[in-house]
Parts: sequence; structure tokens; C-alpha cells
Amino acid sequence: MAMAYTPGLKRKDIFLVRKTRRLPIPGEVIVKKGDKVTHTDTLATTNVPGNAQLMNCADLLGLLPDDRTGSCDFKQYMLKKEGDKIEKGEMIALKKEFFGLIKRPLMSPLTGSIELISDSSGQLILREPPVKVNINSYIPGTIAEVIPNEGATIECIAAFIQGIFGIGGETFGEIKVMAKSPEEVLSAEQITAEYAGKILIGGSMVTIEALQKAVEVGVKGIVVGGIEEDTINKFLGYRIGVAITGEEEKGITLIVTEGFSKMNMSDGTFNLLAKFNGKLACISGATQIRAGVIRPEIIIPRDDIDEKTIGKIGREDEIPTEGMRPGLPIRIIREPYFGAIGRVSSLPVELQIVETESEVRVLEAELANGKKVIVARANVELIEE
Amino acid sequence: MSRNPKDIKIILATDCGSTTSKARFFKKIGDEYRFVAAGEAPTTVEAPYEDVTFGVSNAIREVEELTGHKILGPNGIISPSKGDNEGVDIYVTTSSAGGGLQMMVTGVIKSMTAESAERAALGAGAIVEDVIAIDDGRKSYEEIERIRFLRPDMILVAGGTDGGTISHIAQIAEYIRAADPRPRLGTEFKLPVLFAGNITARPEVQKILGEKFALSMTDNIRPTIDTENPEPARNAVHELFMVHVMSHAPGYDKLMKWTPIPIMPTPAGEGKMIRTNGEGLNINVIGVGLGGATTNVYSVFDGKFVRTVSANLGMSYSICNVLKETGIKNITRWLPFEISEMEILNSLYNKMIRPTTIPQTLNELLIEHAVAREALRMGFQHHKSLARPLLGVAHVGTMGVGTGGKSWSESYIDMLKMDRLGATGGLLSHGPRRAQTMLILIDGFGVEGSTMLFQDSIFMMPHLGVLSTVHPEAAIQIFDKDCVVRLGTCIAPKGTFEKDEGQNVATITLSMPNGETITEDMKYGTMKKIPLKDGESAQMDIKPERGFDMGQGPGHRVSKKIEGGVVGLILDARGRPIVMPEDDSERRKKLGEWFIALQAYPGFP
Repeated sequence: MAMAYTPGLKRKDIFLVRKTRRLPIPGEVIVKKGDKVTHTDTLATTNVPGNAQLMNCADLLGLLPDDRTGSCDFKQYMLKKEGDKIEKGEMIALKKEFFGLIKRPLMSPLTGSIELISDSSGQLILREPPVKVNINSYIPGTIAEVIPNEGATIECIAAFIQGIFGIGGETFGEIKVMAKSPEEVLSAEQITAEYAGKILIGGSMVTIEALQKAVEVGVKGIVVGGIEEDTINKFLGYRIGVAITGEEEKGITLIVTEGFSKMNMSDGTFNLLAKFNGKLACISGATQIRAGVIRPEIIIPRDDIDEKTIGKIGREDEIPTEGMRPGLPIRIIREPYFGAIGRVSSLPVELQIVETESEVRVLEAELANGKKVIVARANVELIEE
Repeated sequence: MSRNPKDIKIILATDCGSTTSKARFFKKIGDEYRFVAAGEAPTTVEAPYEDVTFGVSNAIREVEELTGHKILGPNGIISPSKGDNEGVDIYVTTSSAGGGLQMMVTGVIKSMTAESAERAALGAGAIVEDVIAIDDGRKSYEEIERIRFLRPDMILVAGGTDGGTISHIAQIAEYIRAADPRPRLGTEFKLPVLFAGNITARPEVQKILGEKFALSMTDNIRPTIDTENPEPARNAVHELFMVHVMSHAPGYDKLMKWTPIPIMPTPAGEGKMIRTNGEGLNINVIGVGLGGATTNVYSVFDGKFVRTVSANLGMSYSICNVLKETGIKNITRWLPFEISEMEILNSLYNKMIRPTTIPQTLNELLIEHAVAREALRMGFQHHKSLARPLLGVAHVGTMGVGTGGKSWSESYIDMLKMDRLGATGGLLSHGPRRAQTMLILIDGFGVEGSTMLFQDSIFMMPHLGVLSTVHPEAAIQIFDKDCVVRLGTCIAPKGTFEKDEGQNVATITLSMPNGETITEDMKYGTMKKIPLKDGESAQMDIKPERGFDMGQGPGHRVSKKIEGGVVGLILDARGRPIVMPEDDSERRKKLGEWFIALQAYPGFP
């Protein structure tokens, strides 16, 4: 049979994380291969063209462009030409009427340059000065590769956990495990000013009040098992339509590891996070389900591990080669049994009819409580440990 | 294609979908081309694979294993065939992987040239991210920010009739230049811009956009106010799609070497088959592709073909956008069981974040089917907003001329005159019972009069669409024999009563193929299924009550031959538009009655 695989969310105690960081447009890379970087170091820099503003010069000077011929005789009033630098408030055009008694000046609304003087529309394109954009390393590590004019790839040995959904961009902070067990709900009462700058680890859910309080006291991030859709809706002020997130500017990054509704964080994830209580974590809530899958992530740099001492370790960019087979740990990701953790016990070849009457490929799983259940193969994911 | 079509015996077609790559294998058996086998595998455009040909090869390998026919060699697909069991004579493919073709279009007047540009881009199978026009109500800085934010694959610039306005076209071109948007794929490439507006504005457009963009020009989409000429722009879009977009997508350089036939966007392939069907039989047809990310609607009505792609109305990636657009109440109204809004929301959001999962419980299936009805309804609304007469054209005499008595801003699509309605896409093709697909289509489109419904058997319409560009005979034969599953005919008089008191809507007499005559009073608010097999037909004579219309005007008798299908005939006396009881328990009871009448779901026997 053709290669079948069911990629799952990664949860690794030791992992070689590789992050390629690219500039939005070509620029200068200021690191070289082999350099050691911290998570806040700048890797590359560029100048992005500044914002443009259109100015209808002809209108403002009281001229009407000749629509048919495309000519608009306003260039004679321009005091500047294409490419000239301009200052905010500087006169850039002047029309004199009634033998010079009435003057119509045109002042620049910005500092920058004149990009285009359009005969046909009577418009000017004024461009603000370029904006300097830097990209930072996001994670500490070693520069493994430099992409000339574009960016660099950093390698970092770390614990690595993927969430299923998140909001908010990249941030970092010290891990603080708040929940005593994966069942606990993170509530507003637990969050105080002492957690400013921290990444809080909850259990099965976070309430809207807790999220708001966390923003108020300056918490950098929250990681929980589940969340009600209603909480996200209230927190963002709008309902998410498609799962493309990461640009939200709510002052906090939220990562959900299991799904929507109250859901216990899986024991494996909870225990792994608990193991690193007090350590630095670099996290991102960016999620994109379609066209380039991006899942939220928690990266906990392992300065206690040296690559030479551990032999081959998994890499973030490795291609999964292993399909589903008996014995592998799985998570059920759809009703019934949603959220249950178990192991594959058998993979029947024949299609089976499920409650909906659909004939589907199934597997038999033994759940953590010993119960054996039949589930559609499309409804489980491998736990990649 | 240089080979004689008669020498073509073995055909392979693939579709690289956003989630799954699907291979379909066809052979000439005797004098007919027939479907032989299918293979599917996850699409591999994304990291860590970043090579579409991995997924395509995996799907083809499944075909090889099922048929014993060797297709893949060390350098890709073996072609031409060598004997009966090795190689293929034609390989064609469509693609919507990586988000398909995403375009932005511009025009001068929103309801005229901008709308023509939108139709042309949609006709080329694109997802239109935004339509920019001088009169769209946005300020120049808002237009610029929007263009900059979108990062489309391509921009289509229209505007002006030939010899008409130049200044407004220049103004829009200046917005684009000021925004300086980057292409979605690759940072080093220039973004393709296609100008299809006033030909006398070309020098100006060249001056403004020529340096910063990969600018090309084609014939004006709207050369005069009363003509629309979308074909040159559509063809140019396809060419640019291949040269500028596909060639930068991961692995497509390799895939393009496997086939000399241009890769077609999936919706373009799907629509081509619907169009071939409608035009070939000279009938009015609507087709719909309900995908994971988009809803594509196609119509051939009185010979006019229109295709729309509703981005973000889909059943997996975009399922929550359907919810957001329609509102939770419109989803709940289709559910025959009690459930809290929070449970529905969580269920749909969990589907969004794990889009490849399938419903295993009946309740989850019913929730997805409820969303499907709303996605179809909204996708069709969007379609009708573009399937309308050219605005700006003076119509002779009353609005009735050429518009079927409708206002000139209304769609010309009249459901009472629709002959067929066909569907494809995962959810509709894989419904556990065919009656479910039929009911979803009837509800989603609000089918009126008598309409034959069909569905794609296993999702092969895009494959056949691209095949039809090089071997139309094979495509049509396979479409008729193996692709189309005839569901049956829906008979639904248009009209409503103020109250549901079990009144008579119409009296129908059916002369069945076995000689039997069936006469039924269609009672308001009810549905009934009458068996009439695929390949069979019956003579229908229907007399609607006053206020109800079957296509000949309210109260007027209609007689015609109607076709059966795997579901049969559906007598739908719910009225149009369908009105649900306001009381929740009454509504659920009613839904249950309809499900029972159609034997649509287990638990509603």
C-alpha cells in the first residue's frame, strides 16, 4: 500500500529544533554560520519601503484632468520632480491665479520623497522613508545555515511541544506551572502580579476572567488543554472564521494543546511542562491550518544537553516515515471518545460501518482505562514522543 | 496534443487538492472509455515535504497496487503506454494545493468593469480576495493598505471601455504601485499583473506598473458598455498561473515536466465539465463543488456560463467561517435534536483545527450537514449576485426584455427553469445515504419546480474537466457512465401559505413506467418519496393550487417527462421559501418527518 501516515502533534523531551528566519524582502544578514545567538539577538536587517500616500494634486489645485487624452497639465505647477526628497509641510506645488494675486500652494503631508507624478490621473505618489525591519532569532542556539540576503537557520536542542490552536505571536518567559493536575481550571484568582513576564501552565481550561487578569498583570503566555469558543470570542471581540492566527495584539500568547471545550491537558504534555518549571520557554501562538500548516509551539531550550553526548536526535524538519502500527500511542480527536489517549491494538484491513453508516477505515484502540474501542482512522493522531 | 485521439487508450488524471491528492485511472474498454481505479494520498506541498509530486506519486502508487498497471518510472510517469499494463497515453492534472489561485481584481466602476473583471477571474478558477474600484467607498489609503496586506498570486486590472477613461485606470494602477504588494510564493519574483482594460490606456499603465511588476496586457474585458469579453483575460490568467504561480510552488516544476498539458486550477476543471454538460444537452444546469475550503458554483443558464468561487465557505478549513457568516441560529434550524449552542460551536471549532477528521456519530454528521446547507445557500447567493445582466446596459422597453421580467440588478437564474443540479466535493460525494445529498442540495439551493439532481460518484469532475481540453470524447463518455450518479427528480411548487394547516399545494399524477398511475395530493409542509429507478422515467402532470407555481405561472398545470434516480422522485410540498416552525420542538418534529419521508438518516427510519 502507498505510504500512509497520520501526522500528530509533536511532544519531545529532547529535540533538535530548526528555525529558519527570513526577512520580508532581501536585506543584510548579520550573523554567520557557527555563531551562537540568544533568543533576542538580531539576525538580519532590511529597509522596507515606507507607506505611500496618494495626493490628488490636480483636484487640489482646482484642475480637471482631460479624460480622453489622458493629459493633465499640472506638472507646470510642480515645484518638485519625481525622486525629490520632501519634508512635511514643505510646498511642493504652487498655482498662481489672477496675475499672481491668488496663490494656491500645495504642502507635503509627509517627509519622504515623490515617487510618481501622474499626468493621466493628476495624482502624486508620496512615499515615506524606508522603515528598518530586523528579524530576531526567537530561540537561542547556533547558526546552522545562512541564506544570503534573506536570513538564517538556527538550531537549538530543546524540549518541543506543539499545541493545536493558539492566538498571539512569538514571546518568551519563565515557565510557571499553575495547575496541580491536568484537570484543573485556571482561574482569575490564581493570577497575581508576581506572574508578570511568565508563561503560565494551566490544566483543562482557562476562563475569560483569568485571561483578562493575565493581560492586566503582564503575563506573557498561557498554555492550557482546552478552551470554550465563547471565551476566545469574548477575549478577541470577534469570532474566528478561519484558523489563521498569530497577528493578534492582545498582550498575551495563548496556546491550547487539546481542543475546544474543557479538555484535560494530556498527562504526557502536562508532565513534560511540569518538568521544566522555572525554565525559559520561547512560545508562539501562530496557527495556520491551511496552505502551510503552522501549529503553536513551546520550545524549552535544553542547555543541559549537548548534541555530541546524545547521538541521533529527532529534527523538526524530518519527514515522518512511520505509518500507523499496533502499539503506537494515539490521541482520539473526534467524538465519541474525543480527547482519549490510548494505543493502537489492531488495524483491520476491511472497511467498517460506523454509527453514521459510513464505511470507513478503522482501528481498534486500547484506551488508558483498558477499554477497547473502534474509531475511524481519520479521527486519531499519533502522539510523536 | 499531437497523438491521434483514437490511439489514446490509457489515461491518468490527478487533482492536487489542498488536503488530498486524488488519482483517477481510465481505460478504453471496447469502444468506450471507462473509469478503472482511484488512489488517494495526502497532498505534500507543505513542509516537511515541500514537493507536490510525493503526494501525487503516492496516490498513483495506490492505483498501481489496485490494478497491477505500472505507471511510475524513475523519471516520473511512463508515457506513452507500452502494451496493456505499463504506462499511460495521457496524463493531466488540476491543482488547488497551497490555497489555489488567489487573485485581486480592479476596475473603474464597481458594478461594471470591476464586476466584469471579477467574473473573468472567477471564470478562470481563481479565488477573488478583493475587488477594488474607484467607487467602492474606500479611501485611497484604505485601498493601498488592503492591496499591500493581501499578497495575491496575481492582479487583474480592468477598467474603461476602449477609447474611454484613462485617468481612473491610472488612478487604480497608482494604488497598486503605491501598495507594492509582494507575491505570495517567493520573495524574489515580480508579482504578475494583467491589464485587460481600455486599450488606449496601455501606455499609461505600462509607465506606472511596467517597472515594478511582471506586467502583461490582453484584450479589454469590457470593450464596449454592452459587451463582455472575458475569454482573452481568462486564457491569459491560466498562462500566468502556469508561468508565474505554479512554477514557484513546491515541486510543480517537476510535475509540469510530467505532463505537456497545462495544469488547470481545480475549479476551472470542475466548471468545464458542468459547462460541457449544459451546453452539450442545451439545458440549464447548476453545478456545485463543496470543498474543504471553498464553495464553487457553476451555472449554464440560457447558454450563459458563470463560475464563482466563494472563498472561505467550506466544510473543513472554513467551516467556522460558514458559521460566522450565517450565524448559529441558521445552523441550529436544520438540527432535529436538542443541543446547546456551545456544544455546536465547540464541535465546529474542533473540526476547523482538525480538518481531516470525519463524523463518526449521527449527531456530528447532522451538524456537518446543517453547515453544508448554509454553505450552499450562501455560495449560491454569491453566485446569483454575479450571474446577472451586464449593468450599465440600457434595456429595451420594460425590464422584462432579456431579463425574464426581473429587475436588471437581479440574477437571471430562475430556479423554476433549472433542469439539472449537480454536486461534487467530499461531503456530498461521500454521504452515507444518497438521499442525504439530495436533501442537502434541495434545502441549500431551495430547488423549485421540477429539477433532476445528480452527484459526482467519487469526485472526478475536475479530472474530467482538464481531460476534456485534450480528449473531449473520453471525458464525456466517462462523465455519463461513471461520474454522474442520478439521484432523481425533485418536484417542488413555488409559493407559501401563511399558516401550515395541511392545505393542498398541488395535485400530481404520475404515469409510471410499469403502467401504474399514481395520483397524490401534495399537502403543505410535507415531503414524500416515490420510487423511480435510475434509467426510468415517468410522465408528470401537476396542477398547482392558486399561488403555487411549477414554472408556467401560479395555478397553471405543467406536464412533462421526469427522470428517476437512485433515490427516486421527491414530492416537496414545503413551499418556497422553506419556512420552519418557530417553536423549537415543532421544528425538530417537522425535520424528523422529512427525514423519515426520505429515509435519509438512520434513527429516522
